[in-house]
Amino acid sequence: MEIKYIIDRFIKYVLLIMALLSVFILFLIAVFTFREGLPAFQEIGWREFTLGTVWRPGQEQYGILAMIAGSVLVTLGAIVIGVPFALGCAIFLAEIAPDNVRKIVRPAIELLAGIPSVVYGLVGMVVLVPVIRKIPAPGNSGFGLLSASIVLAVMILPTITNIAEDAIRAVPRSYREGSLSLGSTHWQTIVNVIIPAARSGIIAGIILGVGRALGETMAMIMVIGNSVVVPSPLNDNPLTIFLRQARTLTGNIAVEIGYATGVHESALFATGVVLFGLIIVINSIARVLMHQRS
Amino acid sequence: MTGSAILKTNGFNLYYGSFKALEDINIDIPENQVTAIIGPSGCGKSTFLRTFNRMNDLIPNVKVEGKIKMADQDIFDMDVVELRRRIGMVFQRPNPFPKSIFDNVTYGPRANGLRDRAKLEEIAERSLRGAAIWDEVKDDLNKSGLALSGGQQQRLCIARALAVEPEVILMDEPASALDPIATLRIEELIRSLKEQYTIVIVTHNMQQAARVSDYTAFFYTDESRTGILVEFALTKEIFTNPKDKRTEDYITGRFG
Amino acid sequence: MNTVKEFALQQTKAQQKSNLAQRHLIENIAFGVLWAAGAVAVLVLIAVVAYVLSEGAQVIDWEFLTTRPKGGLSGEGGMSTTIVATFYLVVLTIIIAAPLGIGAGIYLVEYAGEMQGSSGLQATVVSIIRFGVETLAGVPSIIFGLFGYALFVTTMGFGFSMISAALAGACLVLPVIIRTTEEALLTVPRSYREGSLALGTTQWQTIWKVVLPAALPGVITGIILSVGRIISETAVFYVTLGGSYHMPPSPIFHPKEFLSSGGRTMALHLYYLANDTAAFDKAMGTGAVLVISIVLINLAINYFTNRIDKKLRGL
Repeated sequence: MEIKYIIDRFIKYVLLIMALLSVFILFLIAVFTFREGLPAFQEIGWREFTLGTVWRPGQEQYGILAMIAGSVLVTLGAIVIGVPFALGCAIFLAEIAPDNVRKIVRPAIELLAGIPSVVYGLVGMVVLVPVIRKIPAPGNSGFGLLSASIVLAVMILPTITNIAEDAIRAVPRSYREGSLSLGSTHWQTIVNVIIPAARSGIIAGIILGVGRALGETMAMIMVIGNSVVVPSPLNDNPLTIFLRQARTLTGNIAVEIGYATGVHESALFATGVVLFGLIIVINSIARVLMHQRS
Repeated sequence: MTGSAILKTNGFNLYYGSFKALEDINIDIPENQVTAIIGPSGCGKSTFLRTFNRMNDLIPNVKVEGKIKMADQDIFDMDVVELRRRIGMVFQRPNPFPKSIFDNVTYGPRANGLRDRAKLEEIAERSLRGAAIWDEVKDDLNKSGLALSGGQQQRLCIARALAVEPEVILMDEPASALDPIATLRIEELIRSLKEQYTIVIVTHNMQQAARVSDYTAFFYTDESRTGILVEFALTKEIFTNPKDKRTEDYITGRFG
Repeated sequence: MNTVKEFALQQTKAQQKSNLAQRHLIENIAFGVLWAAGAVAVLVLIAVVAYVLSEGAQVIDWEFLTTRPKGGLSGEGGMSTTIVATFYLVVLTIIIAAPLGIGAGIYLVEYAGEMQGSSGLQATVVSIIRFGVETLAGVPSIIFGLFGYALFVTTMGFGFSMISAALAGACLVLPVIIRTTEEALLTVPRSYREGSLALGTTQWQTIWKVVLPAALPGVITGIILSVGRIISETAVFYVTLGGSYHMPPSPIFHPKEFLSSGGRTMALHLYYLANDTAAFDKAMGTGAVLVISIVLINLAINYFTNRIDKKLRGL
């Protein structure tokens, strides 16, 4: 009789340790990335590292502003292209799609989320880049921020659509009925009542999409060109900045970690620290917004 | 029956999929009167109420047969948005939008295209007065509608319904979530509203039906779960001299 | 007087009619746009999948699948070793991650669930765990790669190897397994537990004999989801697995050599082919195999979620 309760207790603590493991891993990740990155910060200095515009490991010059700019711009592009689409899909699925249509679109979007990023990168290289190359501008290679933004927009669509759809579905039915019963159309109900009520969840979805975009690595390496220069417009039109090649924070790490040593290697970990910090802040904001809803 | 009928229901059936929820309902709702619909739970009285403004359209697989006419127009042929403007609804639980009191009241007129601020303010005041809540909220129209008490919220919802100038107001157990004092205020309000509006109210509370209504319809269902209209007459008659045995049993509390 | 009033009434009615027409028009346009958004999402998927499959079909044959890559500038050879390496890595990663993730999920639902609202040390521990799982789920994969590189590849001296990659990959999929396990356990009705506990069994016996079997389809879904993640993942393995396209040693006959051998998954192979050798045809072939795997995985997930749905509806 006693023994089975002892086993019960024992198992409970084993399970607790398993549950604590993810916290431990998170802790290890923070410690290791930071520890390895620290020498670079000490050697180069925080300011010089994050605001420096020159990345030339051969000459001991380590400034990641170009990569920060690359990550920010490509994410911005992906958001501008992807968010309207993603929200359109979310509203479509939650509000107007008939059951049989939803049964096709839902799994399609799930599959879109499951396709490996290297496949997106490959299709981007083979199909998208040659098309973008046709845009007439001096020095436009097709590889660059625009191609990367389009690829990324497709990749973040499922994230945003899923969370936004859930948020829209979570709006109490009584709001919908109240609005319809006053003689507003379904569309007016969506715009005036449902979307405002689902706002924090929708914003959380967009923010998580931003987090996902900042974290994407391989597909970006494949289509963005990986130049380490701070992007600038190709000609008088400021939008041509998106035809410029660039490099993301993630790409910087992946491309060079294989052969880096010493301060160079440390600088790559320091790049990871910056990325990690950015993602933690972004995801925390999203989490606060999502909990606010419930 | 005094006055004319505003809603005429003829041979009405309603199905959820293959399940028949309402069978052969014939009832004429008299204009500018309060009609109460009573009956045991599950008899389809709320479903029937929601048929008048076609709220059941939102539920998939609902199928209807028969005719319901509003001023000689079949409501199932009417534009549903227009129908719902003309037939307002107050729900079981107060459901103000998470917006200010002013935005709640003027939601309907604005959805109908009214933009003129002065007119909106006029409508807001008139509607809030009509719903007997003006004195309580006139100083903070910018406060959230959700910050009001339950009874106030329900009167705000009534004001919101009045603002689009409907001809009929449907009320689905409007006081069931309220305390006795708030309930009394709603009942007073209903009696005062019938001068201008036709009111159809579903209630599970027989005393309430007796207090507020001029006419009463008794819905009933047996093991088949299909709702039928047993008796429809002046409230006085239903409560003092019911024609049907089932009505009498229900009124006297023998079941339900 | 009466006629004036009627006239006014008619006028507002006419006004409302035209307004109504306009509102319906706006609604139709808006809904048209929304339908288009849904259609485009499906079309993008079909375009990507169809393109990769049709391009891939031109190189995929029995030989492509069964010969090993031979390197070279045009990516000579097939992809056999990458299929084997992917399979090994998936199995190894799941062996590490599944017990831990399922255990953590059980703790969070079955033990920590009761402490909701209570204060004190335990509640704090639980909220820290939840924070950890949620944060871990949002960490970008390249960070897992960096971490794996620093801890397993260099500090612990495992080098670019199966074991380094599997440990890093396990960290990546751990939150996925924890979450799906939690969801699966939460769908098990409380009455199952009460029924069992009332018979005098301990909590663990109840979990093991009653709750887990009922939650099994959901738990399996989580594991299949993780398999998909590992097959798709590239960044983590790019910096922990190396890129050797040789056949990994047999895990059964040479376990030690197997764990310390480097390798190349299908996704990595695609990356090397496209980025380093510009062998786009072979890359498409590899991509097609990847896409087919992912489609099969999604079908499997749908199968299991449908089973859960049916169970919940009591069919």
